[in-house]
Parts: sequence; C-alpha cells; structure tokens
Amino acid sequence: MLLDFEQPIAALEGKLLEMQKLADESDVDVSEAVTALQAKIKALKKETYANLTRWQRVQLSRHPERPQMLDYIGGMVDKFVELHGDRTVGDDKAMVGGLGELDGHTVMFIGQQKGHNTKERQYRNFGMANPEGYRKALRLMKLAEKFNVPIVTLIDTMGAFPGLEAEERGQGEAIARNLKEMFMLKVPVICIIIGEGASGGALGIAIGDRVLMLENTWYSVISPESCSSILWRTWDYKEQAAEALKLTAIDMHKAGLVDGIVKEPLGGAHTAPEQMIETLKNTLLKTLKELGAIAPADRISQRIDKFSAMGVVVE
Amino acid sequence: MSWFKRVEKGIVTPTDQKKETPDGLWHKCQECKSVVTMAEHKRLLYVCGPCGHHDRIDAADYFDFLFDGGRFTELDAELTSGDPLRFVDTKEYPKRLVATERNTGLKDAVRTAHGLSAGQPLVVAAMDFKFIGGSMGSVVGEKIARAIDYARQTRTPFLMISRSGGARMMEAGYSLMQMAKTSAKLALLSEAGVPYVSLLTDPTTGGVTASFAMLGDFNIAEPGALIGFAGPRVIKETIGKDLPKGFQSAEFVLEHGFLDFIVDRRELKQRLADLLGMLQPVSAANPEPREARRTPSKAH
Ligand SMILES: [Zn+2]
Repeated sequence: MLLDFEQPIAALEGKLLEMQKLADESDVDVSEAVTALQAKIKALKKETYANLTRWQRVQLSRHPERPQMLDYIGGMVDKFVELHGDRTVGDDKAMVGGLGELDGHTVMFIGQQKGHNTKERQYRNFGMANPEGYRKALRLMKLAEKFNVPIVTLIDTMGAFPGLEAEERGQGEAIARNLKEMFMLKVPVICIIIGEGASGGALGIAIGDRVLMLENTWYSVISPESCSSILWRTWDYKEQAAEALKLTAIDMHKAGLVDGIVKEPLGGAHTAPEQMIETLKNTLLKTLKELGAIAPADRISQRIDKFSAMGVVVE
Repeated sequence: MSWFKRVEKGIVTPTDQKKETPDGLWHKCQECKSVVTMAEHKRLLYVCGPCGHHDRIDAADYFDFLFDGGRFTELDAELTSGDPLRFVDTKEYPKRLVATERNTGLKDAVRTAHGLSAGQPLVVAAMDFKFIGGSMGSVVGEKIARAIDYARQTRTPFLMISRSGGARMMEAGYSLMQMAKTSAKLALLSEAGVPYVSLLTDPTTGGVTASFAMLGDFNIAEPGALIGFAGPRVIKETIGKDLPKGFQSAEFVLEHGFLDFIVDRRELKQRLADLLGMLQPVSAANPEPREARRTPSKAH
C-alpha cells in the first residue's frame, strides 16, 4: 500500500529498478544515470520526510505494514511466553502480554495488537481492547511487580472499544484503575507509542517512568477524524484537526507530555521494520539500565511528580 | 463527547437563568410536567417532588446545601485556562473561554472548597456542566489535584461530584494527561488512608469516568444519571442498533457492580455524614513510611 506522498518516491524507485534491469540485460553503461537517480531519490525522501504534515504522520502511524506489538516481540525477544486472561471474564485478543527475554533480561511485555490483514484485524478487534484487556494488562503488571520484573508496554490503538458489553463490564473503571495502580508499581515501567495513541484507551497502559513515542506516531485525547466530526460537524476537517491537536511525537515532546522520541528509518518504520525493531531494542536496553539505577520509591515519586506537573494554568 | 449536542439543544438550563425567566416563579418538571413554585423547587434541591427527577445543578448549589449554613472556603478560585496549543477550530479557544466565562460567571468547569458538612470537615470538588460541557482541561485537573492534596495534607475526607462530557479537545494532550494527574493524586490519597467518595451525576462520561470518577472508595450516583465511558451515540454507531432502555443509567451501572449505591440528592448530606462518620482516616500511626513524612500531624 502506498500513501499519496510515498508515490513520487516509489515512482522514482521503480524507474531505478528498470534502469538496473536494463543494465543487467545489455552492455549499456548506465552507472552514471543510476548514481544520479539514487541521489535524486535520496534528496526527495529527505525533503518529503523532513516536511511531513501532522496528518501525514497520522497516516504513517496507521500504515498496515508498520511493525506491531507481535512483530517487535518476534524481532527482539527471546523465549517469549504469552500469558492469557484477566481471570474474571476472558482473554482479550486486542491486548497481548507475556514474559520474554530481552538480551538476557526478563521483561513483562504488554501491548495492543491491531493485526496486519482483515482476518487478523477482526480476531484482534482492531487493537481496541475491552475492559478485560485492561484488567489482563493490570494482572500481568502486578505479576511483574511480584517477581521484580520491569514492564514494557507497546501502545497502538484507535481507542478502547466503545461497545455495549464494554460498558456493561466497566470500561471506564478498568482504565481508571490501571492509571491509579500503575503509579504505584515498584518496578520500572517503560511505555512506547508504536503506532496510534488514542485517548484513554492508550493511556490505560501508558503510565510510565519513561513514555516515548516513535517518530511517526500520534498521541492525543481524540483522533483527528472524531475531533473534526465534533468540532466542525463533518469528517472533512481531519487535516486541520490534526494540526490543531498537535498530536505528533515532536509536538508531544515539546509540550513535555512525553519523555522522548525514538527515531524511525527514513521513510517510516514500515520501510525498514528490522532496523526499527533493532533501534527500539537498543532504546529499551538503555532505558532499562537508567531506570534500574533508581531506587523503587524514588522511581514512584518521580513518576507521580512528572504527571502531576502536566498542564498549563494561569494563576 | 456528547456535550456539544446537549448544550446546543439547550437541554441544560442553568439555575441562574431559570430564576431569571419571566415565569421564573414557577418550575415545570421536564420529566413529568408537574409545576411547583421556584422557591419550593429550590427547597427540594431541584428534585421533582412527584417523580424524583433530578435537575442538573451547579457546583454552587451543592456547596450551598452540603456545607453547614452554606459556609465554605473556596480553593484556587482564580485559576484559569491557558491556551498552550493555540487551538483554533471554528473559534479561537481563548475567545470561547472568555465568552463562556461571561455567560456563566464561572472561571472553569470545576470549583473546589472545604468546610464543615453535618459538623464534619469535608473537601468537595464539584463540576459545572455549563462551562464547556464540564469538560476536563488543565484547570479542572489542577484544581482537583490540589483539592486532593489539601484533603491528604489535612486528612479530611474528599468528595468529588462529577458532571462532565469528558475531555476538553481544545487542550488535546494536556487534557488527556489530567486523567493521569488526578489518578496519581488519588493513589497518594488512598495510600494515606483518607476516604474518597465519588458522586457521579448526570452526565458523567469519557475521560472523567475513566479516571477519578470511578476511583472512589465509594462510588455513588444520583438517580437516573447517565454514566459511561463511550457516549451513547458512539456505541450506537459501533453496534449498529438501538441501545436498550436504561442503558448507561445509574441504575444500570449499579446493577453491573460499579456503584455502591444510588442516593437521592435530598438525602445526600445525611448519607455522607452517616458513611463518613463510621470511618476515620486511617490512623497516622500506620501509614506507608513515604507518606508519613509528607503528612502533617493535624488530624480531625
Ligand atoms: Zn417530575
């Protein structure tokens, strides 16, 4: 799948392939032309990705080939043991969790999985968890705390599921409880927005000592589409809504609402998933080391103080 | 998310305006159409005598009947919103704020105060729906956070009266993080063993439900209040059919196990006094060590 702003680059890359094929099949020397075209592609890429609009970043965050929770697990974790169920209602397939080894360190991984194709997306409920997903996440976090294992959450959701049963089973209560409980966890908690970070559904697993966003992700109180439909009463203002919400990693970091940005490969995470996974792995290892050096009580105080300072008021 | 529609439809009639309408001497129940004098309606705390319908009322009204003799000390009354995102939709956010302040006489969507209720000290935070749908921006989050801090430092029980459509979109990420901030403060209050009663009133939805409103030691509600995470319209769109009658009502939420009880507004003060009178903040001799350092020794 190509996004509109990816098309000019893809067209040039197609041309390059043709040129190289031609060179292979004949004796024509095209090396000069190839070099020129490669330079042109590089320049166009640089220019395109240095000037992405907020809406374009939202599009990248949703790219179907973008690495998801289970891709990261598969790519960076040894001996992953998936753990299921909230012990009350069921097992939420939108929220995945389990223990794994990251370069020899045991880590509890928790995150939403959206799915890459129609079938998987349906199975995963598009990454929109029900209350049992949030309760499963909390159960696993408590388990991690018990065994002194750090927690990594990977956030990628359009929101908590707005369904009838979700309301019956207390979607609001489930998220609220996670927020409160996560502040008191004695183990290090790292939260990474790897795709979409929509509202309470994202925040419900995003209270951490370090909250980081991948470069082309978004995190806000509402999606640009829903914001458009409520404030402009039509779906047509999603680009403007994305601008107004200031929802990108750069915006959120500038506002002091997240702690840092993880760089993506030029062209976005989906263009070089392995490189992305490697980058995130290194970031996690470095961050775990930093957090491990802080005493648990101090970590909790710092976590609370950090979120308590968020907001702009006029006295 | 439903606040816009509701405000537009004019379902909300602020009590001040009610009193000023030409036929302001009389009140007609929007549910059963019974007519009483405005004075009688006020005496009944804006609850319909014949059918028990609870009108939406303001923070000021709760303060008036919850605090003994209507006497209280307001906290952080002067706090107002910034515009960190320079948010513009169909209107610039600061202009919206100024217009709302002019129309409502309020600085933002929550007021916080402390005083005596039935002779016992109480900290109350009460939301005003008529201020941009009771939406939660930085001011709401900060005032609630400070009220919780005050309750913790003075070891006074905390009552939160929620009435909100949820997030304030014009503060985007900042709005979202108020859910985290208030929950952090409640975690500390909980750790200090100070009781927290959350009263959910019509409506309580979105990010407010998914944070402080559902975190009470006691979650209670007014009869008939709409309580939910997602708004009814969104759920209807998701499932593609009409919602069952009474869905997301306080009675429904009680039945599903998320409320301790439903209380008629006319009995609220007494029920609170009964409940809190049976509890004392957990003795300062036995709190978590970290909190012991922070907590002043003053006890009630
Ligand atoms: Zn009536």
